[in-house]
Amino acid sequence: MNKVLLIIQREYLTRVKKRSFVIMIFVVPLLILAMGAVIKFIAKKSGEITSLQTVNVVDSTGAFAGQFHNVPNIKFQTLNVTLAQAKLSSKENEDVFTLYIPAKFNPKAPIQIYSKKKPPLPLTTQIEKQMNDIAIANSFKEQHIDTAIVNHIRKTDISVSPVELTETGDKKTSMGANIGVGISCAILIYMSIFIYGAQVMRGVIEEKTNRIIEVVISSVKPFQLMLGKIIGVGLVGLTQFGAWTVLSVVAAKVAGQSSQVGIMNFLSAIQTIPFGFILGCFVFYFTSGYLLYSALFAAVGSAVDSETETQQFMFPITLPLLFTYILSVSVLFQAPNSPLAVWLSIIPFTAPVAMMVRLPFDPPVWQIAVSMALMVVGFLFTTYVASRIYRVGVLMYGKKASFKELSKWFFYKE
Amino acid sequence: MLSIRHIVKQYAGHTALNDVSLEVESGKIFGLLGPNGAGKTSLIRIINQITAPDSGEVYFNGERLNQSHIERIGYLPEERGLYKKMEIGEQIVYLARLKGLSRHEATKRIKYWFEKLQIENWWHKKVEELSKGMQQKAQFVATVLHEPELLILDEPFSGFDPVNAEVIKDEILELNRKGATILFSTHRMESVEELCDSIALINKSQKILDGKVKAIRKSYRNDTYLVEYAGEQISFNGNEPFEQLAELGEDDGAYMVKLKLKPGADSNSVLQYFIPRVRVNMLQEVIPTMHEIFIEKVNQIG
Repeated sequence: MNKVLLIIQREYLTRVKKRSFVIMIFVVPLLILAMGAVIKFIAKKSGEITSLQTVNVVDSTGAFAGQFHNVPNIKFQTLNVTLAQAKLSSKENEDVFTLYIPAKFNPKAPIQIYSKKKPPLPLTTQIEKQMNDIAIANSFKEQHIDTAIVNHIRKTDISVSPVELTETGDKKTSMGANIGVGISCAILIYMSIFIYGAQVMRGVIEEKTNRIIEVVISSVKPFQLMLGKIIGVGLVGLTQFGAWTVLSVVAAKVAGQSSQVGIMNFLSAIQTIPFGFILGCFVFYFTSGYLLYSALFAAVGSAVDSETETQQFMFPITLPLLFTYILSVSVLFQAPNSPLAVWLSIIPFTAPVAMMVRLPFDPPVWQIAVSMALMVVGFLFTTYVASRIYRVGVLMYGKKASFKELSKWFFYKE
Repeated sequence: MLSIRHIVKQYAGHTALNDVSLEVESGKIFGLLGPNGAGKTSLIRIINQITAPDSGEVYFNGERLNQSHIERIGYLPEERGLYKKMEIGEQIVYLARLKGLSRHEATKRIKYWFEKLQIENWWHKKVEELSKGMQQKAQFVATVLHEPELLILDEPFSGFDPVNAEVIKDEILELNRKGATILFSTHRMESVEELCDSIALINKSQKILDGKVKAIRKSYRNDTYLVEYAGEQISFNGNEPFEQLAELGEDDGAYMVKLKLKPGADSNSVLQYFIPRVRVNMLQEVIPTMHEIFIEKVNQIG
């Protein structure tokens, strides 16, 4: 056992000491922050009108002119000129738009707005809204209905705000944040299982091609070496996640202090999520999923002489997880309690991703329990299978491995 | 020291070792010989407990081989390697700790060995920065650091230049003098005669010969001599106490012949025949080298 600790220590330290590891710890949160800033910047650019925009209305029908009302930063003015003249002024000034309502106006057909630059989205929405209102008001007038009454009746503004019933009292929930957290956890687990699993595989191949394997397994059992490597690399993964979590919280706090409304909203949405519970499940499913898959990766590594030969084995191994991943980000979160989602979240090969997506939707406790128990059984099983292939594989050179060959190795005696 | 009894090892489709038995005496240098693919590595892996035999037993100092013996064996595999990206010093400490040494003890001993081999400044070098021969040296240190009672060396001199091969050979002999038993696997026969006390010859998964080197060579004596003489060339008529096997030619007035004694004759009778006729430059008994015995044995069986 002491020797396994030594192996874990070496696998862990050689990776953590690498410069690339330290850089990754700081670069990834920075990238996420930068990405957030860029998205916010772009959203701001296209979402808000910051300078005064003038809309020249050329109305051939006469039904709309004069009925537009100004809103902050958007000024409407009716021009009694031809379209060509109006277009000219828009050509000169990029903050001037020309809205042309033709004589043969059809309320179902689009009408044209001319400008030097693309009109911002809020501007066109504002025009559409006002024109619809005007068209409706005109129609009411034609039918001799009092528009004052109509306006009074239409003064409603309904939106739906979800409130979750819990034992401790009603609380506000944010479905969007829940889905977001679930899916990003699933993506993170999916990616990290492959990233760290591949590291295990590469480590095994390295030992095999370096031929150090024979020296090492004359001192320890192949199983101890495999286990030590898997645990060591897994701890590297957990260290990385730990560092990222701490850094993100710090970064969010710092960003929160500059009291930007967007981030505050985001934070308050985050707070509606059972953070500890999700984090605990994340650690569990990452660890067990990683153990399950990395054992298989180790077996693949032991069976080949170089990384290029791994392709034929990698595909069938990665398929179940890839399949679940694609389903998860596309449909599972829309139907978190469908039979497909339930089964995927219970089968060990797919559970790490599928269950993370389901978690925010409060799946029954017994399903979580069964899923977790099966995860443990699953990784014990794959570790057993992998170790039997591994112990033979690491000493085999120049033999083209196939699945048939691997199953033979499995049944070899010591 | 090491007793190997009736080992059988089969891999899918072929037998690697077929009922092989060996005795390695304590404190001696034992040579395990055989062509490539004969089963040497399979046997060594069994002694190192990397694999287990299908049947048969191995005894280490009278005890059935078990995990506790791992720390008393040092193994230098033929295909050797180290972690490329790891510093040499750290790496040897790691390997030594896997063999049960403490970090402190390992560090102390590595310093001693590095000084001895004049590689003190290598501690922080990475393996990829070293030449192949230098890596071998480092690996040798890693093999002997835990002062094993049994040292298993698979082709220890391959990859060394003659100077360093000599250095390593001296170190091996010194370890042997200090009491380590050495099991030495090779297919290069010339190194066997000067180093090994005993040998075993393995071919096609079977042991075909074993014993002390001197005794084996003696048993292959066949009364053959080489004679070089100067003077007039003698033509033999069949009445000599020997038969001529071959005439090896003339060089600057000296003739060389290969003879086989007739029954009852000895080297003196050869001299008595030659001395009155010519001047004898040299008389040498032809004892087959291990190499020749090896080839002969392998071909006989083959």
